[in-house]
Amino acid sequence: MRETLLEIKGLTKAYPGVIANSDVSFSIGRGEVHALLGENGAGKSTLVKMIYGLVKPDSGSMRLNGSAFAPQDPHAARASGVAMVFQHFSLFEALSVAENVALGMENPPKPRDLARQIREVSETYGLPLDPDRTVGGLSAGERQRVEIIRCLLQEPKLLIMDEPTSVLTPQEVEILFQTLRKLSAEGTAILYISHKLEEIRSLCETATILRLGKVVETCDPRDTTARQLAELMVGASFDAVTREARAPGAVRLAVHNLSARSPNAFGTALKDVSFEVRAGEVLGIGGVAGNGQDELLAALSGEIVTRPEMVEFDGTPVGGQGPEARRTAGLLSAPEERLGHAAAPDMSLTENAILTAAAREGLMKNGFLDWSGARGFTEKVIKAFDVRTPGPGTAARALSGGNLQKFVIGREVMQRPEVLVVNQPTWGVDAAAAAAIRQALLHLAGEGAAVVVISQDLDELMEVADRFAALNEGRLSDIRPVQGLTVEQIGLMMGGAHDMEVAHVEA
Amino acid sequence: MIHLVKRPQPSRVWTAVTPLLAVVLTMIVGGIMFAALGKPPLEAIRTIFWDPLFHPQFAAYSRPQLLVKAGPLILIAIGLSIGFRAGIWNIGAEGQYIMGAITGAAVGLAFYPLDSFIVFPLMVIAGALGGWAWGMIPALLKVKFGTNEILVSLMLVYVAEAWLASVSSGLLKNPEGRGFPGSRNFQQYDAGANTEVIAGTGMHWGVVAAFVAVIFAYVLLTRHIRGFHIRLTGEAPRAARFAGVNPGRVVIFCLGLSGALAGMAGLFEVSGPAGQITIDFNSGYGFTAIIVAFLGRLHPVGILLAGLLMALTYIGGELAQLMLGLPGASIQLFQGMLLFFLLATDVFTNYRLQFGQGETA
Repeated sequence: MRETLLEIKGLTKAYPGVIANSDVSFSIGRGEVHALLGENGAGKSTLVKMIYGLVKPDSGSMRLNGSAFAPQDPHAARASGVAMVFQHFSLFEALSVAENVALGMENPPKPRDLARQIREVSETYGLPLDPDRTVGGLSAGERQRVEIIRCLLQEPKLLIMDEPTSVLTPQEVEILFQTLRKLSAEGTAILYISHKLEEIRSLCETATILRLGKVVETCDPRDTTARQLAELMVGASFDAVTREARAPGAVRLAVHNLSARSPNAFGTALKDVSFEVRAGEVLGIGGVAGNGQDELLAALSGEIVTRPEMVEFDGTPVGGQGPEARRTAGLLSAPEERLGHAAAPDMSLTENAILTAAAREGLMKNGFLDWSGARGFTEKVIKAFDVRTPGPGTAARALSGGNLQKFVIGREVMQRPEVLVVNQPTWGVDAAAAAAIRQALLHLAGEGAAVVVISQDLDELMEVADRFAALNEGRLSDIRPVQGLTVEQIGLMMGGAHDMEVAHVEA
Repeated sequence: MIHLVKRPQPSRVWTAVTPLLAVVLTMIVGGIMFAALGKPPLEAIRTIFWDPLFHPQFAAYSRPQLLVKAGPLILIAIGLSIGFRAGIWNIGAEGQYIMGAITGAAVGLAFYPLDSFIVFPLMVIAGALGGWAWGMIPALLKVKFGTNEILVSLMLVYVAEAWLASVSSGLLKNPEGRGFPGSRNFQQYDAGANTEVIAGTGMHWGVVAAFVAVIFAYVLLTRHIRGFHIRLTGEAPRAARFAGVNPGRVVIFCLGLSGALAGMAGLFEVSGPAGQITIDFNSGYGFTAIIVAFLGRLHPVGILLAGLLMALTYIGGELAQLMLGLPGASIQLFQGMLLFFLLATDVFTNYRLQFGQGETA
């Protein structure tokens, strides 16, 4: 057993209407890599916010190094040796690496000394980084390094990492893990938050599993299967996604040399993207966030209009058509951002059903809306996709993220699309609901539709896709059958380590 | 400590209660203001809200005035509210109102002294087109060059006022007016006069048009896909584009419609209650209609009621100036309070108060 670093006893935190953490107790040893596992809403964020001094617990206590630990704010937590790398980076794109690091420090040293320290730390831990480079030109993986180095310069005893691999390619993940293992060997404890089970099994030695704010199990993930972990997280066994055997049919969606500028100033332009999807087939498109996923969806949904022949649907050029015409023909889509893009937050679910289903479901005649028909369709979606809501009159923003996601996907699937394009279909959705959504996509393909799944979740793509391609800086890689594809190959398709060198770690 | 906590969805009760609460609060605070001015507060409030309708002596005159004043306010506010629903802020209805009056009157005067039933309908169409064209200027500038429609439409009010001053002493000047500025009076030109539909009620053709506009807007916003797309554009512009809405077309439709309705209101006013084009023909209806639109919660039926209420405070205010010697500015303050309290209480539709310690994170 390791010597205990942080001991948490009976932490409880309630918000109006919801208990985020209830009597949570566990301990982290010196140099231990400890996983905190749970679904969205299980209370992981609240728990680490309490450790980092962002939220005060209602009751319970913490001990760090044997003495009482109750940080008033993040400054106090940092002073006690707790550092945290957030899921969303807080970096200024126009400033250099060193300037960004200095901004996050309590007492930054002189610029020249700081640059030297950054070089030292980055070499020691295998995180090569030039302190003079501008953050705006760095890849997501390199930006994460800036955040990590900012933490390491404070020589933390405990490093909290919130979903660190969601923006990394498999190669970059491997580099990160080597760094974390080295830190662990030197005695720095790491609290690693994730819902990616395989990752946790390869990195962590202890896992605390949270469900509905309570600790349900503390175990050694290396001795537990991913399926057991998933069931502990969900609290029930759920059906694994099954594929129906099917032979691909005719080409339904064809994209030829699609190039388009992003409507967003910080977006990524699409460059010469070509692919075909056949009836009964699921094409998975992976890639690190911000490499053209949103733009590809917009070009297929009709929000970005291109030259007609760039997008062909059942042999008809549709690249010049807007969303309504494509939808009526049977080319449907569901964007990543639920609130504000796929759905209007303050409108009811019925109104949000009208948003995409009006023409195809016959919910209007001569432009006049059939509200009772729309309510009926909404109720069908709610029932078929198990959307937890008081009823079709509820505002979209009142639904939890997962429930709204089920509604948004359900709304398209229930319209029996000929081609369906989805971006991040199970983002923020609990495991059982995610399985149901994936099953619905596979079922749709089984009935002869062509499905394009854009996702950053590689496990998801491996589960549903027949063929796989990756977007990297707006370009699409070669398309390969999923069967027999290795993680290494996928990583290279996603852009490999983005030219970051694999460091020499002497751990 | 008191905190505002966002409601999961807008409260239906508060949506209905806020306008009434705003009226009550305005009466209370307005009463205090009148008392501070040394006037009897209860009598002042009664003079504003009650006497115009039921005073034994004045009501016969002021009751028809209610519709005369409410008509243009409602007609303009309906047009504005449709744009506001889409997040398109036409602040220049006053200018579109003036231009509608000028173009409509010009057509009528061009036919003078022809006595044909066709003259008045042609004037209405010309008035609507004039307002529409004036609304198209900010619309096209916004769509083509991304200019701000608030600024452009507001600035065009002053251009329209300059046009008004010019034509009333130039192009449209009454040739028999002994050199005084101002056009011929439509009340002396039957074919071009906006007469009362039911005598003695104040209900002229403009009031009829306002009622038709209320029904039209209600059907558009609640039953038609175009109205749905307008609301969607205001609520979530990205979702609207995803649904297939062309944002430029919504801008052109909304500014065109509100301009046409304001232009019609101007024509009905110039050919009816005002009678002629004069330098100071416009009386601020285009700006007051903004208050009416919000007081009516951008809902057609709400705007109908708000227009009547606003007209009442106008007439009552004049009465209070006359009978109690209240300063005119205090009446404007009183009307301003109404909007202020409405917007203030409106917060509770989407938020609720929470007492006690709040979360910082």
